[in-house]
Amino acid sequence: MDLVNLLLIAFSAIVVENFIFSRFLGVCPFLGVSKQPATAFGMGLAVTFVITVSNFLTFEINDLILKPYGLEFLQTIAFILVIAVLVQLLEMFFKRYIPVLYHALGIYLPLITTNCAVLGAALLAVESYTSVLEATFFGFASSIGFLVALLIFAGVRERLVFAHPPRAFEGMPLALISAGLCAMAFSGFSGIQL
Amino acid sequence: MKHKISTLCRDGLLDNNPVFIQLLGICSTLAVTTSLSNGIGMGLAMTLILVCSNVFISLLRKFIPNEARIAAFIVVISTFVTVVDLLLKAYIPALSESLGLFIPLIVVNCIILARAEAFASQNGVLDSLFDGLFMGLGYTLALVLISALREILGNGSIYGIRILPENVPAVAFFQTPAGAFIALGLMTALMRTVILKLKARKAPKVKH
Repeated sequence: MDLVNLLLIAFSAIVVENFIFSRFLGVCPFLGVSKQPATAFGMGLAVTFVITVSNFLTFEINDLILKPYGLEFLQTIAFILVIAVLVQLLEMFFKRYIPVLYHALGIYLPLITTNCAVLGAALLAVESYTSVLEATFFGFASSIGFLVALLIFAGVRERLVFAHPPRAFEGMPLALISAGLCAMAFSGFSGIQL
Repeated sequence: MKHKISTLCRDGLLDNNPVFIQLLGICSTLAVTTSLSNGIGMGLAMTLILVCSNVFISLLRKFIPNEARIAAFIVVISTFVTVVDLLLKAYIPALSESLGLFIPLIVVNCIILARAEAFASQNGVLDSLFDGLFMGLGYTLALVLISALREILGNGSIYGIRILPENVPAVAFFQTPAGAFIALGLMTALMRTVILKLKARKAPKVKH
């Protein structure tokens, strides 16, 4: 477990295999909350926090409970329950002890349970990493990639307000095509093998 | 039944299409539509899970406490997803391989949770069954259209059979992630226009 290895995981998760532009994880909230940079930032932070903690927990649960008893086929059910409970607990914890953070993230927290980036990160980490440090760090780096994509796209979308597209393209079709153009920029990194 | 089957059918396939109108389940739509066979496989897997979870949640709707309903829905949905995942692994391993992560991720597909919350938890079993069936088919329809577009343009073939002449080059761009976003954007613009035109004409005779 050396630093170089962690840096490679970070670079690969943030730019080469960006959750949104290359793996298509978390596209729904990406399109939903990217209308303003401020809300995009709040959502991105909340997701980063949840993915990092949930990756740690799900990896340990898989290692300590599911694997020894040969219950790996229950991964999906076990992980989604862990994530749902975690999100609920975090919401209660923030409300009670860190009200500032609760008010900043409040409305985004419940949405995170159904964000496929969270379950996706947990399943990918269990599949491809062997140590809990790597798995947790992979979760953290991937969600930073999610945050970066969200911020870039929120900036693009602020400009789209002033665009005059043909009527059929108003709203979502235009947003999807702009996201496609952002994805083209990120595809410049594809093929880099680390 | 409270709802007419024809209304549910029109709603699921066109007027309230989960992908083109509601824009739900975009992640899997973008990820699996590289070929028509993947699109059909994913669409049918999703339809099966949607029908089962809608029926089951509708049966349990009087017993599930309101505060814990989301957690209860998720347990029901993830059970059926696990069943379908294991069935695919056992009987259609090639499809299971190419859909990969996106089979377990059906658990968090917003379409299923949205139908459970908005329809199955408030309606009878038969209504929920047909709602699940037609919403699933609407999703399948969207996947078929997008994956056909991406496979013809990106690979020059349809369902694995080459249809463009050999000297016409394929635009590999449409097989890439960026091409997925753009193909979905174009198809959504087209289908929204078509659906609005059909609505305006109020002609219920639509062939699927």
